[in-house]
Parts: sequence; C-alpha cells; structure tokens
Amino acid sequence: MTLALLIALPPLAAVLDQPFWVNTVTRILILALAAVSLDLIVGYGGLVSFGHAAYFAVGGYTIAVLAQHGIDAALIAWPAAVVAAAVLAAIVGTLSLRTTGIFFIMITLAFAQMVFFTLVAVKAWGGNDGLPLDARSVLPLVNLRDPNALYFVCLGLLLAFVALAAQLVESRFGMVLRGARSSERRMLALGFPTFRYKLVAFVVAGAGAGLAGALWAEYARFVSTDMASWTRSGEFLVMVILGGLGSLVGAIYGAAVLLGLESFLAGFTEHWMLLLGAILLVVVLFAKRGLYGWLAGANDG
Amino acid sequence: MADTVLAVRGLRKAFGALVVSDDVALEVRTGECHALIGPNGAGKTTLLAQLAGEVAPDAGTIRFGDRDVTRLGPDARARLGIARSFQITTIVADFTAEDNVALAVQARAATSMRFWRSAARDAALRDPARAALVRVGLGPRANTRASDLAHGEQRLLELAIALAQEPAVLLLDEPMAGLGHDESRAMIALLREIKPAVAMLLIEHDMQAVAELADRVTVLVAGHAIASGSYETIRTDPRVREAYLGDDG
Amino acid sequence: MSLAIEQILNGLQFGVMIFLLAAGLTLVFGIMGVINLAHGSLYMLGAFVAASAAGRGAPFVLAVLAGAGAAALAGVVMELVVIRRLYRREHLDQVLATFALILIANDGVAIAWGKTPVRMDVPGALTGAVTFAGLTYPTYRLLLIAAGLAVAAGLYVLISRTRLGMLIRAGATHRETVAALGVDIAKLNTIVFALGALLAGVAGALLAPILAVQVGMGEQILILTFVAIVVGGLGSIRGAFIGALLVGLVDTLGRAYIPVLLKPVAAPALADSLGGGLSAIAIYVLMAIVLVWKPRGLFPVGSR
Repeated sequence: MTLALLIALPPLAAVLDQPFWVNTVTRILILALAAVSLDLIVGYGGLVSFGHAAYFAVGGYTIAVLAQHGIDAALIAWPAAVVAAAVLAAIVGTLSLRTTGIFFIMITLAFAQMVFFTLVAVKAWGGNDGLPLDARSVLPLVNLRDPNALYFVCLGLLLAFVALAAQLVESRFGMVLRGARSSERRMLALGFPTFRYKLVAFVVAGAGAGLAGALWAEYARFVSTDMASWTRSGEFLVMVILGGLGSLVGAIYGAAVLLGLESFLAGFTEHWMLLLGAILLVVVLFAKRGLYGWLAGANDG
Repeated sequence: MADTVLAVRGLRKAFGALVVSDDVALEVRTGECHALIGPNGAGKTTLLAQLAGEVAPDAGTIRFGDRDVTRLGPDARARLGIARSFQITTIVADFTAEDNVALAVQARAATSMRFWRSAARDAALRDPARAALVRVGLGPRANTRASDLAHGEQRLLELAIALAQEPAVLLLDEPMAGLGHDESRAMIALLREIKPAVAMLLIEHDMQAVAELADRVTVLVAGHAIASGSYETIRTDPRVREAYLGDDG
Repeated sequence: MSLAIEQILNGLQFGVMIFLLAAGLTLVFGIMGVINLAHGSLYMLGAFVAASAAGRGAPFVLAVLAGAGAAALAGVVMELVVIRRLYRREHLDQVLATFALILIANDGVAIAWGKTPVRMDVPGALTGAVTFAGLTYPTYRLLLIAAGLAVAAGLYVLISRTRLGMLIRAGATHRETVAALGVDIAKLNTIVFALGALLAGVAGALLAPILAVQVGMGEQILILTFVAIVVGGLGSIRGAFIGALLVGLVDTLGRAYIPVLLKPVAAPALADSLGGGLSAIAIYVLMAIVLVWKPRGLFPVGSR
C-alpha cells in the first residue's frame, strides 16, 4: 500500500502540479536509509550508537571531494562513499565495541565529534562553509538531474537495503547478533565470538549510512559539517525509536513522521524544537513500541 | 579407567582481600560426574566461571585434554567442547525454545558468518534442535517463547542447549535450583542418561541429586577444597560435617 | 618557557571546569544508572542566569550564586518530572528522553534570552593580571583554577567524610542495603541530581565572563565531559577529576603546540590545515589510546 503510493508519487505530483512533493519525499527516503541502517545495530544488536551521523557525513564528503577532483561517475563515487564509511565504522567499531552500555553511547558520540571537528578543520573541504557540488554524479542510462530519476534511484536503493537487512537479521549471522543483544553471556558460552558479529553489523550499518550520505550529497548538491553534527545522530535515533525498534520498515515511517512533524511545527512557530522535544519526551516516556508497533497493533485488532 | 578431560591445578583467585579459590585442584573424567558442594559463598560458582573462562584465575592451570586452556576466553573454550549451564537461567528470552537450541547447534559449525539463508528454515539447524528438545521432554513446547516457559521448563531448556552443543565437558551450575520434587526426579534421570558420554562437573545443593549422580565429591569451603572422595566417605568425613553440614544446624 | 606555563595553567583551568560537570554526570550515573545528555543544559542555564543577574547590576558573587541556584532548581524539577521515570529504563530511552530535554532547554533559553550571545563582564576587582616568577597571568583565570580545586576538595570531603557521602557511596554499590537502612532512596536521588546540577551551574556561571554565553554551549562542553569520563572511568569522582584535567591539558596544549610542531616538517599550508585538524581531535586520540589500553577507563569502579 505504502509502496504503491511511493511509486505513484512522481506522476501524481506532476498531475497535481506539486513538484516539491518529490523533493520532500526524496529527502525522507534518504534519511530513512540511514535510519534503517541504524535500526540494524540498535534494534537487533542492542548497540546504541550515538554517532551514526559520522558515517552519513563521510559518505557525503566522499562524493563531494571526489567531484572536486573531477570524478563524477556514480558507479565509482558511490561505492567509494560506501567503502569509506565502512572503513571508518570498522575503526570506530573495533575501539568502541570493547565497551558496552553507557560507555558505548558516549564513545560513539565522541568519535562522531572527532569526525565533525576534522571536517571543520580541513579548509580544503570548505571547513565550516561546507562544499558545494557543481553537478550530480553521472549514472549510465539514468539522468540524475531529473528529480524523478533521483527519486526512484533513492527509493530503489532504500528498498534494496531494507531487503538486505531483513535477510541479514533472519540468517545465522542475524540469530547470533540478536542473541547477543539479549544475552551476550549465553552467546559466549555457546562459543560465539560475539565481538566479530557485532563488528560486522556495525560496519554494515556504517556502510548503509555512507550510502545515504552519498545520496544526500547528490540530492542537496552540497555537503556541510551539519551532516556530522551530533544532533543529526540524535535525529537518526529518534527516527528509529519513533518507528519502533527492530522493525527496519518502521524506521522509514519514523523518518517520515519526524520530518513531517518538523516542517508541520515549523509552519506554526519559530520555536518548533521546543514542541518537538515535548512530543518526543511523551513518546519515549509513555509509548514503548513506537509508531510501527502501534500501527501493527491496530492492524491486529 | 577413562581419560581425564578437564584437569585443574593450583587454581587461585582473589577479589581484593576475599580469596574465592585457594589452591584448588580437581579432575573430571569422561563418563564420570564430579560434584562440587559447599556452603553458600564457598566460591563454587566463581570456580565454575574460571573453568568456563568467564573469570581469569590469578594463578594455576586449567587443562582440557592435553591442551592448556587457562588463558582462553569463554567462547574459545566452548568451541573446544566445554559447555555450561547457568545457575540463573540464561536464555535468549525473546527467541522460541527451538531458536535457543538451534543457536547451540549453529555454534558447532565452523562459522555463523552466513548472511543469506533464513536460519528459521534451515533443517541442518532445526532437526538437531528439535531432537535435543524432545530428549529433555520439551518437544511440544518447541515453538513457545523462552520467556513464556515455566521455570522448570526453562531449566530443561538450559540443559537442552548444553546437550545440543555436544560437549566433552559439561559444567552444571545447580540444575535443580527451584525445581519441584517431580521435576528434580526427571532432571536427575536425564543427567544419569547423559552421563556416560560426557565429563560432568556438577554444583548442587540437593544432596539427593549428589548422592544419585556423583562418582566423586569435592567439598569447597571458603575457596579451599577441604575434602574429596566418594559421596559415602565425604558424608562421614568429620571435617566436612563440621564445615558444611554444621552449617545447617 | 613562560608560554608553556601559561598554556599549562590554561589547560588546568579548562580541566577543572570540565571536572565540575563530569563530577555531577558521573555521580548521577553511579547512583542512578542514568545517562543524562541534558547535563550541559543545566550548565547553560547557570551561565545565562548569572550573566543576566550581573547585567542587572548584581554583584559577581551573587550572580554566580543565582546561576548555580537556578541550575540546581532546574535539576530538581528535571529529576522529579523526567529522570525519575528513567531509572529502570534502557539506556536508549534515557538518551532519547534527555535528548528531548536538550531540544526543550535550548529553545526555552532562546525564547527567554534570544539567539545572540549574552555578555558578562569579568568583575572589576579581578580584571587585572597577576605576575609571579616572571609570568603574567589573568587574575580571573587563576580564580577559576582555585575555585575549581576548592570545589573538588569540598566534594572529596563531602563524599568521604559525611553521612550524605556515605549514603552516596553505598547507594552506588549496595542499593538494597541503603534502602533497608530506612533511607528514602528517591530523596537521595533527587539530592544527588540537584548536587550535580548545582556543580554544572557553578561551572556555567564561572565561565560566563570568559565565554560566549549562547544556546548550544552546553553540548560543546558535554561531549568533552563524556571524553573525560570515558578516560577517567565511569562512576568514579577521582577518575572524573584525572580525566577532566587530562582532557583540559591535552586539548589546550594540543591546540597550542601541534601546529607549531608540524611547521618544520610540513609545508606551511599543510601544516596549518593538518595542525588544526590534529589539535581539534587530540583529545579523541587520547580517548582511543585509553580505550585500547584500559577499556573501562583509568579508574574503573565496581562491576557496573
């Protein structure tokens, strides 16, 4: 149902003469990709990373910096962005997965700040001003300059990642990951070197966020240190929790709701963050299963 | 005489000033059940944790067959064939009983870095898992969420998990804890049935179970093994009566 | 040489201020098991209230007290309304709820004081500089170091010598025993939280004259505080102290010397860019090194 709506959106927007719909939803799809990748580790691995924006930013900056050096072939730049984010995730994961709980949260946040300040400091990449892209990357057969084409590419990649993640969590690998979330001690006693499984999940999630960051760079034709800010990491977590932990698809709804809420509240008042904070507080304190849980529950009944 | 599978020499562990293992030595042989008894706080569970690799000893060696495993972590020891059950049931609460056992089956494979096939439809995991559940009498409960099982059923699930690991050494931390009379009888019968194929180390407060299962008993008091021998000799040993049985009176 | 001493003093001053936040954060975690991202908001509130009190002609000491008091009061309200509901919840819920509190606090402060930075003057008597051993150093910064060390000493006495301190120490490790003694745990939690808020408010108020008092200042220092706690070990006041001083010193000295050290070995443009980048991340490198060496920090506490 939702999928049919998403596929029908561009022609619908054209008929109704609301081209900005496509832009808005493209943005949601891209951030949803990052949120889904975060749900993979938070919802299934119990790894509360508060630094997911770092991989998003590294993905985006890879595209921008490659473009700066004249490399605009998407088939080179996009995989490069994914690999760059995955490498960073491997390094951060190796260090931070040595710890658990609150330590892990603080360390992932701190390493994301490290990325943030590095991006601020490197003048060649624009520092605080960010780095614009002259044009979108070039993909064979598809013209990314066409907003509808970019929209469908983003939709396709999001669905592909959701399918991949869904497969992953049901596989043998996923069983170990989910088992370790619930009882790491039991998993060790069974003989699973849990660190490795968590690290692989952490890297896959980082790669997903890197892809999202790459798409964001294409979409906005601009990257800035904002992409790595800690509030961005917080927003990704909010999307996951709004959608309901460990549901993958839920994170997409979470992204849509958060962005919708932001622009809705911003239409009312300049101080929409206050309202958003209040709503979020109520959701966290009183609605445990998130939006997806609520929707699923409604369908059951 | 069967081979010694697990041999402990000079094991020492202290938490600050509190000595929990004081020069402990013991052996476990295949087909034999070695029971570890002692008053609460004697250091039984910490000793088992050192055997399983969760706690590193300060001194001493732990040998598995002819291999020194003292420095190995719990996962590496489990892969060698040392399985354990937990005193407080430790299962994946939101998995079904069968999922929990399937994980143990999966753990025997060289790697679980398999990303594509659904583990829920993998007969190579599901058939042995179901067999282990049937063996402990949980066959009809295979698809029940582990957290929804009754306490006694969860204890049986712990055992099914350990069995599915096909271990050479089985470390059992109070498997009878919290079981009713009939459940205890069933658990003892099960352990007797399993015994010939493994080397079993049993921590247990239920003396009836110890009497029926143990070929050898070691008494641990304040981290020190004060006596070791058959159940009968231990039962009549005056030191044991004083240190341990006197504890009740 | 005197430059080096000046930089060390700067690092020390920064470090003791971070400690004021780290102490509260680590206590709240140690006693209640709660991670409070909004701790920086209390610091921000302390700075704003102190600055506006001073702006209305309040003497410096009174302005600082007002800032600290406002933060403590806000801390009590925060604990009663939100934090209390998070004790038994997962860390993720704690992170999100306190993240929401930051959004509310930042916007609330923006409504009350606007988005442009507020200024607070260094009090007249402390504007000068002190000269000693051939070194001239601003009086106010020396006062900050002294004040920070005094608070650290006071906290040490409070924790190790008083009944409240005994309860705090016991509460971190033996909750049930403390409850069995007939102590009202809920009240103890509120007091500890208010104490942490008070310290954060003091830091905000004391730093207000030398920093830009603006929305978002809380999060900048919060993350440095996290690094200090990770380095020092969670739940330990001593760890927080050492960690905070290390972070203050490494950050300050890194910014002062890494670009200089790079000059002879790299091209000027590169030295500038690389030096800036490296000095900005020096404390994170410190954190990474500590993590590899001692994953639970330099002074780990208990089993939690």
